Amino acid sequence: MAEKLPKTAGQTVGPFFAYGTVYPKMHEVVFPHSPGALVLAGTVRDGAGAPIPDAMVEIWSADADGSVPSARGAFRRDDHTFTGFGRAFTNDEGEYQFWVREPGAQAGRAPFFAAIVFARGLPDKLHTRVYLPAATPEQDAALGADALLSSLDPAERATLVATRQPDGGLRHDFRLQGEGETVFLAFR
Amino acid sequence: MSDTSPAATAAPESLLAAPDQATQSQITQEIADLHAEYARREAAGEQVPTTIHDFPPYRSSILRAPTKNPKLVDPETIELYSPAFGQRDVAVIESDLTLQHSGEPLGERITVRGRLLDSWGRPIANQLIEVWQANSAGRYIHQRDQHPAPLDPNFTGAGRVITDDAGEYLFTTIKPGPYPWKNHINAWRPAHIHFSVFGRAFTQRIVTQMYFPGDPLFPLDPIYNSIPRQADRDRLVSAYDHDLTVPEFSMGYRWDIVVDGPDATWSEEEGEH
Repeated sequence: MAEKLPKTAGQTVGPFFAYGTVYPKMHEVVFPHSPGALVLAGTVRDGAGAPIPDAMVEIWSADADGSVPSARGAFRRDDHTFTGFGRAFTNDEGEYQFWVREPGAQAGRAPFFAAIVFARGLPDKLHTRVYLPAATPEQDAALGADALLSSLDPAERATLVATRQPDGGLRHDFRLQGEGETVFLAFR
Repeated sequence: MSDTSPAATAAPESLLAAPDQATQSQITQEIADLHAEYARREAAGEQVPTTIHDFPPYRSSILRAPTKNPKLVDPETIELYSPAFGQRDVAVIESDLTLQHSGEPLGERITVRGRLLDSWGRPIANQLIEVWQANSAGRYIHQRDQHPAPLDPNFTGAGRVITDDAGEYLFTTIKPGPYPWKNHINAWRPAHIHFSVFGRAFTQRIVTQMYFPGDPLFPLDPIYNSIPRQADRDRLVSAYDHDLTVPEFSMGYRWDIVVDGPDATWSEEEGEH
């Protein structure tokens, strides 16, 4: 096989991405309040614990049955087609918010949202995962058997699993640096 | 706690100025030292990333760069696929940034054309490219941009395109100007266009910046230089292409994008809607 082409390097999304990457209903992966819809929200924080008001978070996930979405239209939402992709900007308090439904997974696997964080001051993207918290012994076993989670200590692992809210929603913070630093990923 | 900290209550634009306001010569020296260090580490056999997250000459990275190395993992199924895009997502006119208002924007009209490829040189069709940029005077339309250069009522500076079957994209726009920022004293960004690109897999997602050939600001800019290898920096610079220049109309620049990483060799579903 011919020699591989060198990849194009990433650069920061910069301070002024909002008008360039915004699109209608970008954080509505599913239609709000539709059956199974819930809010996934959290705060993006820096090494001093301060909220980051100029970050962009993207999520991409399987549908509830574990299937990989192949429908187009994430940028022109029709409010019923599931495209699996969403984008959110943090507000001045560093908060992001998505309307999602919970991804499924193959039997015995732990479902998660694939996530990327971009921000001013972040020279390149950061990949991570947001796992669903376990509600049943089977789900707990799947989390325990996950190749990534089982390779981490409990504190690191906690940075990758969302927290169930009393209203049924999911809460998940991203800490870019310092205490409770989110585990970010590089792929083989 | 964070509710009462100065950082939490300050207006966001006040966060844009680095507190220490170093001189350009200090910043240039920091860049040179870091490049030398990464060259040494690479020569010693270390795998040096294409872009360095912890790059202190870019002052706002100091509190935002992770301190731990990323965890190396095998991608799971979902990560081997990308969101699917098509013409349904983007109107054709969105690739012409000079047609979004009633009049012609000021500045040098250009076209930027290139191919989206994987690391084996295979074209990536039907993927989304988003661009945004300053106007010809170096001003972003973003409300937090305080640069006292004029806004252009005929230029917003944002566009989108879906790559065609040959993986090609084409934007018509105007050449952006360099713009000042507050990273250090007399800090100016080289003229650039921001690119946001989806590959075949979510792992291949890339946000980057395309530059213009021969910019004298290259050695001075901490963001451009957060890429330690010269060859990698060079690949972010477009090439002037006279064959893309349209007589009496626009100057042409060519810039190819290569995404890397694991990908699924899935075939696109046929039949665009």
